[in-house]
Amino acid sequence: MFDDLRDLYQEVILDHGRKPRNFRRIEDADRSARGDNPMCGDRMELWLKLSPEGRIADAAFQGRGCAISMASASLMTETVKGKTPEQAKEMGEKVRTLAMTGTCPACDGAIAEDMERLAPLSGVHEFPSRVKCATLAWHTLKAALEGAKEASSE
Amino acid sequence: MSVALQPAPALDVARVRRDFPILARTVRGKPLVFLDSAASAQKPRAVIEAMVRCMETAYANVHRGAYHLSEVATESYEAARAAAARFLNAADPREIVFTRNSTEAINLVAHSWGRGVMRPGQAVLVSEMEHHANLVPWQMLRDDGRGIGLRVCRVTDDGELDLEDLAAKLADGKVGLVAVTHMSNVLGTVTPAERIVALAHAHGAKVLLDGSQAAVHRRVDVRAIGCDFYCFTGHKLYGPTGIGVLWARLEHLERMPPFLGGGDMIASVTLERSEWAPPPAKFEAGTPPIIEAVGLHAALDYVAAIGLPAIEAHERALVDHAMRRLCGVEGLTLLGRAQDRGGVFSFALDNAHPHDLSTLLDRAGIAVRAGRHCAEPLHARFGLEGGTCRASFGLYTTREEIDLLADALVRAREFFA
Repeated sequence: MFDDLRDLYQEVILDHGRKPRNFRRIEDADRSARGDNPMCGDRMELWLKLSPEGRIADAAFQGRGCAISMASASLMTETVKGKTPEQAKEMGEKVRTLAMTGTCPACDGAIAEDMERLAPLSGVHEFPSRVKCATLAWHTLKAALEGAKEASSE
Repeated sequence: MSVALQPAPALDVARVRRDFPILARTVRGKPLVFLDSAASAQKPRAVIEAMVRCMETAYANVHRGAYHLSEVATESYEAARAAAARFLNAADPREIVFTRNSTEAINLVAHSWGRGVMRPGQAVLVSEMEHHANLVPWQMLRDDGRGIGLRVCRVTDDGELDLEDLAAKLADGKVGLVAVTHMSNVLGTVTPAERIVALAHAHGAKVLLDGSQAAVHRRVDVRAIGCDFYCFTGHKLYGPTGIGVLWARLEHLERMPPFLGGGDMIASVTLERSEWAPPPAKFEAGTPPIIEAVGLHAALDYVAAIGLPAIEAHERALVDHAMRRLCGVEGLTLLGRAQDRGGVFSFALDNAHPHDLSTLLDRAGIAVRAGRHCAEPLHARFGLEGGTCRASFGLYTTREEIDLLADALVRAREFFA
């Protein structure tokens, strides 16, 4: 009945949705922000630890949401580790393109391998009402890096 | 609430479905299973054609022109008002105010009665199961510095209005208005309107009932209920969007100041001041929803021709069937178990988020709503901040559609296992 939904709910999405990685608090975080999608009730809090040279040393989150938003946040905390804030924000922009169009023409260079890992999020592009589920974590990341306290995917 | 003394003539659902052109379409290659009528219902051909006919043959602005077409349009508009009065068994068509929807009707009462008639020190009493439309306007009234309070009546674990709590919160006589739903858009609970009115009136409070859901499923008799204000919206009642109805006792409407100012709501205007027209014109500033009123009239006629007792019996059978089928779905939590309930079921699956679930159901051609259904406090009350999926029925809903839903839920749970 739902076989054609395997593009959206690939095994990696279901796996990260069920068992999100880095689902914890960072007590001595350098940056943090809350993400909120008031329309659907998705909510998350993100913490970042920066290295002395300003790279993301650790990223963790807690919250509630659908399989796609949880998986997106989980994959994000894994892929942004070691990145500079600029690289991380660039990845967020690419995820947005990926989620909206299903493709990412400029996903090469230093972040190519990480974008490959995030490619399963492209499945949402056929579901306009679900794009925000995939982008909420990345809006929250941007807010945290820019010193804002709140992000909304509305 | 009136009770049918004779057995209702059965509703022929196959025939009814042919009246709704949209039900013939497919979604993602599957026949449409539309289970979101509580958000907005589909439209029968009679409504669509009445609105087209109005625009093609009988349209002009109302209450203004001394020419034939304007007179015809005015007659149609006022005939819709009379039909709405009959629908609610109101004493007088002048007690019917057309608004944009229920939300605007409640805002009208909050502005006009709340700010113009209620006194500082008084309070409005709502319940935990209100739609945001019957909560936010009262929060705004509380917060605008007039000294009017806001109290909230609890809901029991079964999803019923806690009448003991209601009585306790009325006891000090400071509640000026009880504003509660007549049927919950999340739990399906039908509230005991007559008992609420008796309790409220005994303590000097007026009663507003939000009938957005109830009026679709039950015969509503405002005189038998004895309430002071009642509202419903056209688009949930198989009519068009953009028109709602506020019913209020004429004596209340006469006391209330206008809500919006403009044309058509005045008796005379000089550059210095204006005098208000009598109700209902006083509350209908500007060009009203004329075509929508014609559509609403057709919808009320359509519902009346099928008969609310028949609709009620059909939906009761659907509710019983849905109860049996949904309770058989492993891992499913149903929100609310009220004795008296209508065809609205909100539920959560243990291993699937409501949004993931609704995406899956959509693949099966099944339209349900996911989220908190404009009732965040109620979801918090039941510990479901992440929301629920809601299946809601209309007079065109079939047992087979409920079976499809239940089967799809079982398959969805397997999918996420």
